[in-house]
Amino acid sequence: MKRANPLSIEDLSVAYQKKPVLRDITFEAPEGKLIGIVGPNGAGKSTLIKAALGLIPRLSGSVAIYGKPYSEQRKLVGYVPQRESVDWDFPTNALDVVMMGRYGHLGWFRRPGTAEKKRAMECLEKVGMADFAGRQISQLSGGQQQRIFLARALAQDANLYFMDEPFVGVDAATEKAIVTLLNELKTQGKTVLVVHHDLATVKEYFDWVMLLNERLISFGPAETTFTADNLQRAYGGKLTMLDHGDRSAILVSGRG
Amino acid sequence: MAGEWLALFRDPNAQWILFGCMLLGLGSGVIGSFAYLRKQSLMGDALAHAALPGVCIAFMLSGSKSILLFLIGAAAAGVVATFGIGFITRHTRIKQDAALAIVLSVFFGIGIVLLTRIQHSGAGNQSGLDKFLFGQAASMVRSDVILMAVISAVLIAVCALLFKEFKLLSFDPGFARGLGYPVAFLEQLIMLLIVIAVVVGIQAVGVVLMAALLITPAVSARYWTEKLGVMVVLSGVIGALSGLVGTYVSASGNNLPTGPLTVLASTVLFVVSVVFAPRRGLLSKVLLRAAARNELRREKEFLLAERRERREEAV
Amino acid sequence: MSTFWIILTGALVASACGIVGCFLVLRRMALVGDAISHSVLPGIVIAFLISGSRDSLAMMLGAAAIGLVTVFLIQWFHQSGVQSDASIGVVFTALFAVGVVLVSLYTRHIDLDLDCVLYGEIAYVPWNTIELAGIDIGPKAVWGVGIALALILALLFLFYKQFKICSFDPAMAAAVGIPVALFHYLLMGLVSVTTVASFESVGAILVVGMLVVPPATAYLLTEKLGRMIAYSVAIGCASSVLGYGLASLLDASIAGCMIAVAGGLFLVALLFSPSHGVIFRKLRQKRMIRHRTAS
Repeated sequence: MKRANPLSIEDLSVAYQKKPVLRDITFEAPEGKLIGIVGPNGAGKSTLIKAALGLIPRLSGSVAIYGKPYSEQRKLVGYVPQRESVDWDFPTNALDVVMMGRYGHLGWFRRPGTAEKKRAMECLEKVGMADFAGRQISQLSGGQQQRIFLARALAQDANLYFMDEPFVGVDAATEKAIVTLLNELKTQGKTVLVVHHDLATVKEYFDWVMLLNERLISFGPAETTFTADNLQRAYGGKLTMLDHGDRSAILVSGRG
Repeated sequence: MAGEWLALFRDPNAQWILFGCMLLGLGSGVIGSFAYLRKQSLMGDALAHAALPGVCIAFMLSGSKSILLFLIGAAAAGVVATFGIGFITRHTRIKQDAALAIVLSVFFGIGIVLLTRIQHSGAGNQSGLDKFLFGQAASMVRSDVILMAVISAVLIAVCALLFKEFKLLSFDPGFARGLGYPVAFLEQLIMLLIVIAVVVGIQAVGVVLMAALLITPAVSARYWTEKLGVMVVLSGVIGALSGLVGTYVSASGNNLPTGPLTVLASTVLFVVSVVFAPRRGLLSKVLLRAAARNELRREKEFLLAERRERREEAV
Repeated sequence: MSTFWIILTGALVASACGIVGCFLVLRRMALVGDAISHSVLPGIVIAFLISGSRDSLAMMLGAAAIGLVTVFLIQWFHQSGVQSDASIGVVFTALFAVGVVLVSLYTRHIDLDLDCVLYGEIAYVPWNTIELAGIDIGPKAVWGVGIALALILALLFLFYKQFKICSFDPAMAAAVGIPVALFHYLLMGLVSVTTVASFESVGAILVVGMLVVPPATAYLLTEKLGRMIAYSVAIGCASSVLGYGLASLLDASIAGCMIAVAGGLFLVALLFSPSHGVIFRKLRQKRMIRHRTAS
């Protein structure tokens, strides 16, 4: 029997109050790919992730993780929320935050112990933050905070990852670290969906692309999907393409 | 029943009290709208609690129960409180809500200490000060009411005169500064107006519930309109109506304090607004959501039909 | 002996409030705590009218229920478009008003003194004792607050990691399958129970001071949640003991003095905390500037 796809979403619609933000989204994410979710502001990129994780109510549609509802498959899913979504003044240190990634596996009553600590240290090392384990989280830079969040997702030991704008407001070193990490996850056969803003790096970082603007504009391998034509459809008239040989620079007018 | 109504209103003293409470509701409703739009609703609550030590100190120093002195004491305490809240949020990682709660409770705690000192010392005319916690409009004398009426009228007049400035300040203080408005001064002025409303209101509704007169009418009014002018007037009307009902029920002889009744009256108006207001109200929202679902379904059916047609054409 | 009971009650109240207060401060829900502490009043009165006694258990249940109703209403109004602080203000003033009206209506049937409800009378605690099998086992208030504290400690011991992650990152908590709403309402229930257990000694309004001021002080002193809770409890206990002393010195309200002392301790931490105090931070900034200009 063929194994079910990591993520299949059917007919998903989400509305805040009256205004629909996502309509009739249907797609199947293939295994072992890095998938960039791209689209203009307010296109519903973060909403798609949140709806898939059941964090916001759906108007209609269904979500399946490896063929089963999300509530049965939580341990297979890792999540990196937007960095601004938490209060970094919280009194805790980096190691402790990474250990939170193990809470789902611990169940109701077990407490994190030495095994969890060891795993968390490994994950911190992978993102190059082992030296900062005991550092209070408000004393970390934006990029370092983002890496802590990535380490926490790694600690979840998932097969399918959702990352909400991990590249926003990070330094070049962190950006590189994230890309290395994404590729490592890929070689391990894991599937990663990343909400992404920077059109210039899409082709470089991801092998599959989803173009989103309230509806699913296009979804497929980057070479065939990330085309001028599709981008024009996703962004409407707000896009100008400048061709420079084989590399094309893309300008988004207005607030990109 | 109708006779009782009339009898109540024929008593000149009752008339004065009723008039005073309505003006109070009107004034605090008006200034409360600006507080609400500036997202400072609970500032009124904090200022009301913070007023207690100010009022007590004013009483201890002067030994008399004069509204004017209380006003000065409360205003001073209010300024210290707002400064304290600002200082805590600016200089530490403590957030606005905790800062507000800290200042509110510590000031109120100090106020209670002073209040019990006054009561135990025996020198204080008790009946005056402990009414401050819940208010007792019936115990107000005519000169109190006149002063209250004058102050409320001034409050409303200031809001009317500076309507344009307050509007811009509530909407976009940065832009107001760009236009050369004295933003800091106007902000302090709004704060001062809130303090004035609080001090005037304390006698009628008390320290604890004064916040309701500033918040509830404004929130209710917001439900009905998208226009600031309409909202301010409506909020004032709702406040005045609450004052009327509260005073009436309280005065009709069952010994219930005016403050809680006024607050309950405005809460009833709030609930009515929440349920029945057009566009924002609960009923219309339920209808809207159902409409969104229907629209989506219809759209989908339309698309399906179109696809089917196309397929048939292709065949 | 009576002094001992009073101080013990104060310390128990401070501990219970200090623990749940930490989570309120960290979750930016200090004002929700304020709202709950006001709105338990009608819960207490209704429980009293139904059960006909000042039975602690009935009151605790009544208060916990009304506390949850408060939180639910606040969230519901907020979701329907009212600003969050305004919805807090509307809900607690309305419920508190109901409570005051009920007290005034049934004032002959209830020996609930409104002043006592408002600012507590910890001084009367030692005389209101309960007997078990004919033996005096100590003041009622001590048992009430003690039970509430035991409940808090037990739940915290079992679910520390859940409370922690729900405060830090609720979205993540929900994503890994922790029932965030359950723990939210559990915390709010604990706040209500703490409030009602404490109201006899510190009063419904000043409870918020005990809920917020010691945790905020602790927040300025440490970077670890566990330590923050411990410091908060210690600071709360210190305020209640010192507050009692101050009150007997000044012949004034004990609860008021407790909060005033807590406020004083907060001010000390605000100015002199080694890590977050205003003065040390200013000094450090100056040193850094000097350092930079020197190099």
